[in-house]
Amino acid sequence: MRSFGTPEFLFMLGAARWTVALSLIAYLGGGALGLVLAFMRVSGNRLANGFARAWILLFQCTPLLMLLFLVFFGLALTGYGQNAYFAVTVALSCYAGAYFGEIWRGAIEAVPQGQWQASAALGFTRVEQFRHVIVPQSMRIAIPPTVGFMVQVVKNTSLASIIGFQELTQASQFVNNLTFQPISVYLVAAAIYFILCFPLTLLSRRLEKRLHVDRPSPVAA
Amino acid sequence: MAYTFQFGAVLASLDLLVKGAWLTVQLSVAAMLAGLAFGTLFAVLRVFGGRWAGLAIGTYVECIRNTPFLIQLFLIYFGLPSAGIALDPVEAALIGMSVNCAAYTTEIIRSGIMAIPRGQIEAARALAFSTTDIIRHIVLFPALRVAAPALGSQFVLVMLGSSVVSTVSAEELTAIGHVLETETFRPFEVYIIVTLIYLAIAFALKLLFAWLDQAWFSRRGKV
Repeated sequence: MRSFGTPEFLFMLGAARWTVALSLIAYLGGGALGLVLAFMRVSGNRLANGFARAWILLFQCTPLLMLLFLVFFGLALTGYGQNAYFAVTVALSCYAGAYFGEIWRGAIEAVPQGQWQASAALGFTRVEQFRHVIVPQSMRIAIPPTVGFMVQVVKNTSLASIIGFQELTQASQFVNNLTFQPISVYLVAAAIYFILCFPLTLLSRRLEKRLHVDRPSPVAA
Repeated sequence: MAYTFQFGAVLASLDLLVKGAWLTVQLSVAAMLAGLAFGTLFAVLRVFGGRWAGLAIGTYVECIRNTPFLIQLFLIYFGLPSAGIALDPVEAALIGMSVNCAAYTTEIIRSGIMAIPRGQIEAARALAFSTTDIIRHIVLFPALRVAAPALGSQFVLVMLGSSVVSTVSAEELTAIGHVLETETFRPFEVYIIVTLIYLAIAFALKLLFAWLDQAWFSRRGKV
């Protein structure tokens, strides 16, 4: 029987690249989708708003694992075979998109009404209002929770292991099956995830302090 | 896409699905209650318990919040037996979910405590309240009221996250889905039905938490 040593550790570290890659894919796909959803929510168009609302509600109330299964098996029905890579990409993007969309909608709506009215009074078109007045201000509000949610995405890429995608969790299961040292193997896996996530957590907290968007104190003023 | 959907085979096993869903609900509610109890305790200890308690709880919270639930579950289910503590899948799932949930609730309730105006606590000290009295009469209720909406969303996430415990073969809803999938060879239909059941549970929980929030926290005026 093999024991848990440097080669096994390096194997897990190599698989962690996929954890990072999957997270980046989810940020890109989810970010693009989230942007569309957020703007649909604040567009003022009832149909677009309703659609985005339904999307967000649906995907926030579905386990990510079910989403992975549905895309994974649904894709097989179309005759393209079972492709874990594609399934994980689509499912993580849909999932992250719903949360990003909701975070960014909140940030856009948190910009005071007066800013809209003032810019309208200055003759800005709606696009110009977004571009020059609303979005720059909502960015400060949006960044800390966005970074916070990015931590969730890194952790949730671990679910990809369940449909057979070889990232960090799958690799640790593999190593555990070889070495039968579950405590060391999974503690090391946990440590790698921690090293990936904790800097983001700290960053999110620092940004929150720096951008002064801490919850307004009830004793203020 | 030439595919005929056949839900008949899946719906024939509805009793199994209901049984799985019931275990999901039981596990989730137990984890929520444990999370609420320990979360409240830890949050209070973290704020009022002095330096070492604060440090220990802070470490626990960060470790849980920055690692995936799946890995925590594997450590409990596969790791503990090699340390001499054997657990059956449902016990492992329950412990894993509670330990995980408590870390998040600790952080949520702590931010509720931090939102309490310092003046109130100072005023209570000036009136010679002991720390225990301050926690009981000044801190807990307003903190929970501030935390309630976030706690509600966190509890829905706990329920959704319970689907992961199927990996340690706890026979909850997702695991039943696996069984039906191999029996019927209709994975897509199976997981559509399972997803619909999860949606139903999630919506029911959302309504329940909105109602509880209203019933417990709304009539007593604003903070």
